[in-house]
Amino acid sequence: MLRSPAKLLQLFVTLVTCAFLFVPTLQSVLAGVTANYFRGLSSGLTLKWITEVWELYADSIFLSVWLALACLAVTLVIGVPAAYGLARNPGRVSRILEEFISLPLAIPGLALALALLQLYGSFKGFRASPAFILTGHVLYTLPFMVRSVLSVLMAMDLKTLEEGAATLGAGPVRRFIDIVVPNAMPGILAGALTVVTLSIGEFNLTWMLHTPLTKTLPVGLADSYASMRLEIASAYTLVFFLMIVPLLMAMQWASARASAKASKAAQ
Amino acid sequence: MTLILKNIAKTFPGGTRALLPTSLEIAGGEIVSLLGPSGCGKTTLLRIIAGLQTPDPGAEIRFDGEDVAALPVEKRKVGMVFQSYALFPNMPVRGNIGYGLKMQRLPKAEIAARVDEVIALCRLEAYADRPIGALSGGQRQRVALARAFAPRPRILLLDEPLSALDAALRTELRGELAALLRQFGITAIFVTHDQDEAMAIADRVAVMSHGRVAQIGTPEALYRKPETAFVARFVGNAMPLGGRIGKDRLYLPGGVLALAAPADGKQAFVRAEDVRIDPEGPLTARVETVTFLGTHYRIVLSGITKDPLHALHSGLSAPKTGETVKVSIAPEAILTLSAEDEKAA
Ligand SMILES: Nc1ncnc2c1ncn2[C@@H]1O[C@H](COP(=O)(O)OP(=O)(O)OP(=O)(O)O)[C@@H](O)[C@H]1O
Ligand SMILES: [Mg+2]
Repeated sequence: MLRSPAKLLQLFVTLVTCAFLFVPTLQSVLAGVTANYFRGLSSGLTLKWITEVWELYADSIFLSVWLALACLAVTLVIGVPAAYGLARNPGRVSRILEEFISLPLAIPGLALALALLQLYGSFKGFRASPAFILTGHVLYTLPFMVRSVLSVLMAMDLKTLEEGAATLGAGPVRRFIDIVVPNAMPGILAGALTVVTLSIGEFNLTWMLHTPLTKTLPVGLADSYASMRLEIASAYTLVFFLMIVPLLMAMQWASARASAKASKAAQ
Repeated sequence: MTLILKNIAKTFPGGTRALLPTSLEIAGGEIVSLLGPSGCGKTTLLRIIAGLQTPDPGAEIRFDGEDVAALPVEKRKVGMVFQSYALFPNMPVRGNIGYGLKMQRLPKAEIAARVDEVIALCRLEAYADRPIGALSGGQRQRVALARAFAPRPRILLLDEPLSALDAALRTELRGELAALLRQFGITAIFVTHDQDEAMAIADRVAVMSHGRVAQIGTPEALYRKPETAFVARFVGNAMPLGGRIGKDRLYLPGGVLALAAPADGKQAFVRAEDVRIDPEGPLTARVETVTFLGTHYRIVLSGITKDPLHALHSGLSAPKTGETVKVSIAPEAILTLSAEDEKAA
């Protein structure tokens, strides 16, 4: 390796940037397992705070997991057929519909939440139930599912594949199950991981929509920062990390696989 | 299965008349080729028979007398080989071939047995468990054929099944495909724009032009007795002899030829193999180019008619470029055809 000054400088900048990003994270993580943050590490390491987070916020964690899974189910049921419909009917109307579905991406979460509150706020039962937040999450994540599945479907000659299946005696439902879904799987998987990750981490919209009884993981995090001692908030961050990082990594892997598959189908 | 088509036409929403009212009858076990230039409606006709496209109202499609025009594609029991093969990438070779049988809800054991049978017939044993992505073009072509044939369809429809392959492989597989189709003993229609392919595989060839069947017949009949100028040109590359026809004489710029029969108001054509270099010949021509092709020479002659004429000349020597030669064309070798469809062609 060439130890030129330029190279050294490059290394230095990289290390500083990493430190800039990692040190606060590490500090926060450490704070979550330190007995007394103000006395520092010398006070000893403990899992006490994490237990306490669990006791205080287990409901939020479960709610978030439930919301993410419910959101996934809804986006699968709506998103996959929607992407299929768009892929099978390429035309102006489809492009407009696609843009329309993607609209929630461009609108700030807060505005979306406000619109939902204005529209449905007076339906008390709905307003107070987690289904209200679910509605918001579905609106927000659906475009990711649709686009992910659509890009894989568009890369293959779906029409001819289906025609092939039809001449072999497969009706529309069988074709969807046997041909469309399996070949769209990489896109579905990538979309699913994106939806779950986004739903678990979503704050803007959820914060506006939540009630004291429907607090999700990120809302609970904000709450703990605002009202708990620092160690608990830090322990919370640690829990949050442990949940979201594996999802993020899986998402990276799945979308890389989906785009590899799409480019292979395209050639 | 006998196939009867009556009055099949197709007008696309944009107004393109891809197919003019067409009628056709195909006997059981017969292999018919639809031959024609690009855009003449071959694929459209094939897809209408399959049920992948709806014809204009008034069409009649009969499989063994049964009118299937109202049946959707999945109920018609047709086997189709697509130009791009359309093999399912999510299934291995065996899964592809067995798919049609699975749709018929046959017992697993029977499906396996019949798939094995077809795999053996198409000599695909070595590839049975491979994914589609791991096959060569020629292997894919055979898998597509096996998949279409496995459910024992009533008719096999093939849309340019060899066109995705390179030229050498195409010629090799042509014979193999012809043999397999004969072995299947199935009624089959296959589309091609390659004249040699149509002649090599089909019992009868339907030459199509501009949305209609110009002529249907055995390869020999099409070659020897073309009914229109288009067919003469397309099958065997007949060349026009542009000149004036007076009773049983053809007056050309390069001389006068005798005709076998009066042909007033018709157009005369000749094929390269019937143009003879002959010292006693009535025509005078200049030799433009001479190409040695092993078994014969291809000689391009000018001066006989407006366009240069090609002559296939066999013999131990050929005239030289620039020489003036005498040429004869036997009266029986001159095709006299009505000119009307020349505009359409
Ligand atoms: N879906 C469609 N919409 C409008 N016009 C079409 C459609 N499909 C085909 N056509 C037109 O119908 C005509 C016949 O097309 P067809 O595909 O049957 O030709 P072909 O003989 O199979 O040609 P090729 O040898 O190029 O495959 C063409 O002019 C084509 O442009
Ligand atoms: Mg075609």
